Amino acid sequence: MERTATVKALRAVVTGIGAVSRLTGRGGGAVIGGKIALTLDKAALPKLAAGRSLYLVSGTNGKTTTTALLAAALGTARPVVTNMTGANLKAGIVSALAHDLDSKVAVLEVDEAALVQVLADTTATVVVLLNLSRDQLDRYGEVRLAAQKWRTALGARPEIHVVANCDDPLVVWAAQAAGTVTWVSTGQRWRIDATSCPNCGGRVIWAGDEWKCSCGLARPAPEIEGGGDDVIVGGRSFPVQLQLPGRCNAANAAMAVAAARVAGVDPEGALAAMVGIANVAGRYRVVNLGPASARLLLAKNPAGWNEILDFLAPPPAGVVVAVNARGPDGYDTSWLWDVDFERLEGRPVIAAGERALDVAVRLRYADVPHEVCPDPLVAARRLPPGKVELVANYTAFQTVLGAVGG
Amino acid sequence: MAERAGDSAVRIALLYPELLGTYGDRGNARVLVQRLAWRGRPAELIEAPWGEPAPASCDVYVLGGGEDSPQASAAAALIAEGAVHRAVGGGAAVLGICAGFQILGRSFFGPNGEARHGLGLIDCTTARRAEPRIVGEILVAPDAATNLPALSGYENHAGLTDLGPGASPLGRVEAGVGNGDGTEGARQGRVVGTYLHGPVLARNPALADLMLSWVVGDLEPLDDTEIGRLREERRRFVAAERARAAARRPRGWRRYRRTMSSTARPRAANFSV
Repeated sequence: MERTATVKALRAVVTGIGAVSRLTGRGGGAVIGGKIALTLDKAALPKLAAGRSLYLVSGTNGKTTTTALLAAALGTARPVVTNMTGANLKAGIVSALAHDLDSKVAVLEVDEAALVQVLADTTATVVVLLNLSRDQLDRYGEVRLAAQKWRTALGARPEIHVVANCDDPLVVWAAQAAGTVTWVSTGQRWRIDATSCPNCGGRVIWAGDEWKCSCGLARPAPEIEGGGDDVIVGGRSFPVQLQLPGRCNAANAAMAVAAARVAGVDPEGALAAMVGIANVAGRYRVVNLGPASARLLLAKNPAGWNEILDFLAPPPAGVVVAVNARGPDGYDTSWLWDVDFERLEGRPVIAAGERALDVAVRLRYADVPHEVCPDPLVAARRLPPGKVELVANYTAFQTVLGAVGG
Repeated sequence: MAERAGDSAVRIALLYPELLGTYGDRGNARVLVQRLAWRGRPAELIEAPWGEPAPASCDVYVLGGGEDSPQASAAAALIAEGAVHRAVGGGAAVLGICAGFQILGRSFFGPNGEARHGLGLIDCTTARRAEPRIVGEILVAPDAATNLPALSGYENHAGLTDLGPGASPLGRVEAGVGNGDGTEGARQGRVVGTYLHGPVLARNPALADLMLSWVVGDLEPLDDTEIGRLREERRRFVAAERARAAARRPRGWRRYRRTMSSTARPRAANFSV
């Protein structure tokens, strides 16, 4: 990109502040540097994004992983700048871009509520829309409202190529407004947030994978299919061999393959580049905690939890359920009742996190015997030796990561 | 249907969870079933999907919170069906949370703020009056007649509710907003409405048992120690939050200065101290 004096000054601010923040032990410094840069120059984002191809990844679940997979796929051909640490608001994006002025391609995870602002400030090439489901109930209130905002923003920018999940009616309704869409089937199973049609309020009728509403909104035919052992592109199957577990990550890989294809990277090459990824921002990492070999998993809402319940190690592996309710988590813990914790039966379970007691009451009603231990790491050590699944929501996960050195 | 005897299972209906299930309120039905099961009483959870006839002759009907447009769809379907009206006439209990509470009233508001007919099972009306949305922890001192301990929950709504003479409030708000006039929720016969999520029956087992007692008679106590710990933690949280808010409120010189500046600058005239 053109190294104007402003852009170089922004880089100096971001890297300088970041360094000070790290030196003084105030965290990674990714966000604070971006915040100060934005205070000094409100146009920092458009300036730093100018002259690059932007690939934005948004949705409720899978943003960070899909961003990592797509960055790996595009990274085979050219240097890529990305914000893989999960700093996905405007400040985090400014910070990531300021750290790397050279890469012409940026793969950026964007918070679903921040997407509209980022779209307004930049000229994105591709927008990847994964899914929309209930998350942080106290903050966003209505999922449909988020879809509406996406729809309006994309309608105003017909030049953007959207890669969208055709199994999520909310995503389809939003993406339909775009000029060009590649529809991807991900085999998504969380449907309860879209039984009422986002377009007309009518009833969405499901029949197998297909869905439709009497108003005409219906599942578009997918160009690419994923979510299983293969990604199918134009009738050809490409085997998915990820180190990352679960159906959800196979789905993320399919979305990344579709986006990489827009950039001219073929599915084979894209998938080969994804094999190397073993953990994403600490997620799926295995750490030794005393007698426990704990796999760190992030689950911050019912849709995410229900995916994780599918691939949890079977008993006798123990499970730590760590839940906080700070701002980024949402203050309302009622969502715990939309998770099938009944499926933990037969495993040793410990309720942890700042809201361990909410978890404990939920487990009690699920008839899952459990202990309570607020510190997730102490909890993991307390479980029977061997495999432990440490499942935490957003800030609980960050705390764990900080403690194990991430 | 009161004081039902015999071995027939108590039927708990969860109405339209796909429309009225945004805020985890399905947990209320789970709590009711489980509290009967723990006492060795057969209970059945019946999920009633939208688009199919609502189940008749259930003992308790549970309606959760939801978004504006699904809320309107749920109300329209329930009014057309009449199943809940008939069941209430036969002695069934009903629990409505948030949007579910609002549609039990005489009128509520649709997605564009327009008034819509409710089921009329509670003498109340709701209008969209809260901007910004009311979101936060709530603590309620129940009406003495209910014999309940404090009610703990989490509220998240834009509507405020006026009760008519036919309904009595569940209690008075100690922290939070509730109906908007210092009261919270409503009760009319065996129909209960409240803004409390959490879910409300998970955090307030006494309310769950009260409603169950209406349909099965007296219930032996359960060991709710673990729930008691959660309730105590939430009570302390609310107390700490209030203390923090009180500390932020300007006093003495700061208050005087703010008052003076607000009179000096018309733009700040609405600032309340």
